Amino acid sequence: MKIIVCIKQVPAGEVKINPETGTLIREGVQSILNPFCEYALDEAIRIKKEQEERGGEEVEVIVLTMGPPQARSALLRCLELGADRAILLCDRKFAGADTLATSLALSEAIQKFEEDFTLIFTGKQAIDGDTAQVGPELAEHLGIPQITYVTSTNLIPERRRIQVERETENGYEIVECKLPALVSVSSGSNILRIPSFKEIINARRKVIKNVIADDLSKDTSRFGLSGSPTQVAKIFPPKSRTGGQKIESDDPEAAVSRLIEFLQENVFVDKE
Amino acid sequence: MLQIDLEACNGCKLCEKTCPFAAIVVVNKKAKVLENCTLCGACVNVCPQHALNIERPAQLSPEELTKYSGVCIFAECEIKNEPQIKPVALQILEKGRILADKLEEDLSTILLGAKNSQLTQTLISHGADKVYLCQHPLLEQYSTEGFTNIIAGVIMQEKFSIILFGATPTGRDLAPRIAARLKVGLTADCTGLDINEDRQLVQTRPAFGGNIMASILSPYTRPQLATVRPNVFPKGTPNPERTGTIKEIPVKLNPKGIRTKIIDSAITQKEETIPIEEADILISAGRGIQTKENLELIKELAEELNGTMSCSRSLVDLGWLPHSFQVGQSGKTVSPKLYIALGISGAIQHLVGMSSSDIIIAINKDPDAPIFKVADFGIVGDILEIVPILIKQLRELKKN
Ligand SMILES: Cc1cc2nc3c(=O)[nH]c(=O)nc-3n(C[C@H](O)[C@H](O)[C@H](O)COP(=O)(O)OP(=O)(O)OC[C@H]3O[C@@H](n4cnc5c(N)ncnc54)[C@H](O)[C@@H]3O)c2cc1C
Ligand SMILES: Nc1ncnc2c1ncn2[C@@H]1O[C@H](COP(=O)(O)O)[C@@H](O)[C@H]1O
Repeated sequence: MKIIVCIKQVPAGEVKINPETGTLIREGVQSILNPFCEYALDEAIRIKKEQEERGGEEVEVIVLTMGPPQARSALLRCLELGADRAILLCDRKFAGADTLATSLALSEAIQKFEEDFTLIFTGKQAIDGDTAQVGPELAEHLGIPQITYVTSTNLIPERRRIQVERETENGYEIVECKLPALVSVSSGSNILRIPSFKEIINARRKVIKNVIADDLSKDTSRFGLSGSPTQVAKIFPPKSRTGGQKIESDDPEAAVSRLIEFLQENVFVDKE
Repeated sequence: MLQIDLEACNGCKLCEKTCPFAAIVVVNKKAKVLENCTLCGACVNVCPQHALNIERPAQLSPEELTKYSGVCIFAECEIKNEPQIKPVALQILEKGRILADKLEEDLSTILLGAKNSQLTQTLISHGADKVYLCQHPLLEQYSTEGFTNIIAGVIMQEKFSIILFGATPTGRDLAPRIAARLKVGLTADCTGLDINEDRQLVQTRPAFGGNIMASILSPYTRPQLATVRPNVFPKGTPNPERTGTIKEIPVKLNPKGIRTKIIDSAITQKEETIPIEEADILISAGRGIQTKENLELIKELAEELNGTMSCSRSLVDLGWLPHSFQVGQSGKTVSPKLYIALGISGAIQHLVGMSSSDIIIAINKDPDAPIFKVADFGIVGDILEIVPILIKQLRELKKN
């Protein structure tokens, strides 16, 4: 059984904007594996171990990303954390892709190389763009059902179903779905795992397959910038609020009295 | 046009069963498209032979672009005792009205459900010129596939120029599915919408956790799709006198076309509280409260001020409060009349979720905490000391 995990490398910490040129300041910003993708990978590996323990079908975990050459390091981290092999879609022709062009390239790679997959995991969103669109768009291109915002999964291979718990606006619900399916993962543990020496060595022996646009299709205009309907017209810093009065005093009673006056002025508290 | 590869088609009838509009039939073991095909694409997805295909031009010529007109809004509903329109849908309806007036075009809305046709007047009073009403027992509960099939069908038929969805969990599950089916762009979680001199939709949204704003266009494809963040646009005052047209769309859905099933949806919060995104007054706690027990103090203050409790992500990560209480980038966007931040540092991911509040008050013992940069009123001090005094003084005031 093949489980594909789509992962993305994202900038760690804050990306700022150069107010003069209006471009992103990327220098000195480190890259990390998107946390929600890491949760997705953890879930895939948990299923792999679970199947091993119950003597079920063997599970192969394949990580897939589309990104620049340095995205290789994010794949390597996934291999250290337990993925079996990796695919890197890397080509100038993929660059500048919006979510539609990204999901299209991912879907064509999956159809070409791993069509017999059982499950696809994505993160619920990537923390750089925060769109949460690539997962559902990928599911649509592949014609498979999707379940988003998933917090835990239970694979039922004998019934070719998966049961999941997912977040809703006011709580949780349990959803069952036919396989193959796509699941976007929204939570996991925040523990930054450090792979063991052996895992690091092992990962170096695992395969990272390189794929270029021409490997996927003759019509490469559907990928990257040329295949992206949306265009960023302008980027600018957000309007910022300016702080108002700030009380630093040793007398908390007096400070609170001033706060109550402020609340009264704004009619949140009645005056006597 | 829906193309059928007759060589590949084996007459399995899956397309016939799946088509929500009964627009494809199998005759002599081959699929055949009827006049009423809406190009919704539902059949393309299910065909095991990959025999069906819809060619959609990636880029439209200027003449083709002008064939698309009108603004359309997805009228998301919720059930609170009885079905009602979600506040975000009314907010984008008001915004949609402004955009439609600028374009001098119609404002439409799509309403799906099992028995909620009574809601059409609400939509019309809030500015809709046309309501596309789709009623079917299988539409009572949201499902990605059921809703996508129906909405994609209406969109293909009517050729709207702009379509807006609320950026709710449902909207964000549904809109990308529709965008991928139509092979068009989609801008997520917009906080600004406008029409430019070329009559294009200018979609503004925060990126990189709120550090940067981006304005996005889809110049060469139609329709232009966006999800809109709840509570950034006000909803308008309804005018019950307004009139509009209601167009009923015949729907035929097969349960087999919906591959997900809700087994249990009862696991909601036990306590009957106002959802934080609807509260006028939020008393929000952060890591500074130090222990779970101190949440009682926050609750007490919330009661005194008739407010609702919310929190930063730290408290959710600690398991002290459920995710539905979380304000911020990976939680909810709120814009109450009053937001009181207690022991919250004001990380950018938190600020993007609350900085459109009317009035912000912060109490934090660190004078340099970034929350003070957005607060209209701040006290530098220990919340465990200040909050009890505040509760005491508020009670004294009430006694007098
Ligand atoms: C992808 C991503 C998404 C995120 N999404 C969100 C989100 O949606 N919402 C969110 O809130 N965060 C989010 N975060 C986390 C965010 O970056 C911060 O870590 C978080 O908001 C910090 O919460 P806090 O202010 O409660 O805790 P801290 O940053 O630990 O701040 C505690 C504050 O309390 C003050 N304090 C301590 N003790 C006292 C006392 N006795 N009296 C008064 N003040 C006291 C301290 O001075 C400090 O300022 C996200 C992070 C990432 C990476
Ligand atoms: N370039 C990419 N390569 C592989 N997976 C991606 C890529 N971009 C997004 N994804 C997947 O889609 C999820 C949602 O991303 P986004 O839609 O960008 O918020 C991520 O968590 C990844 O699992």
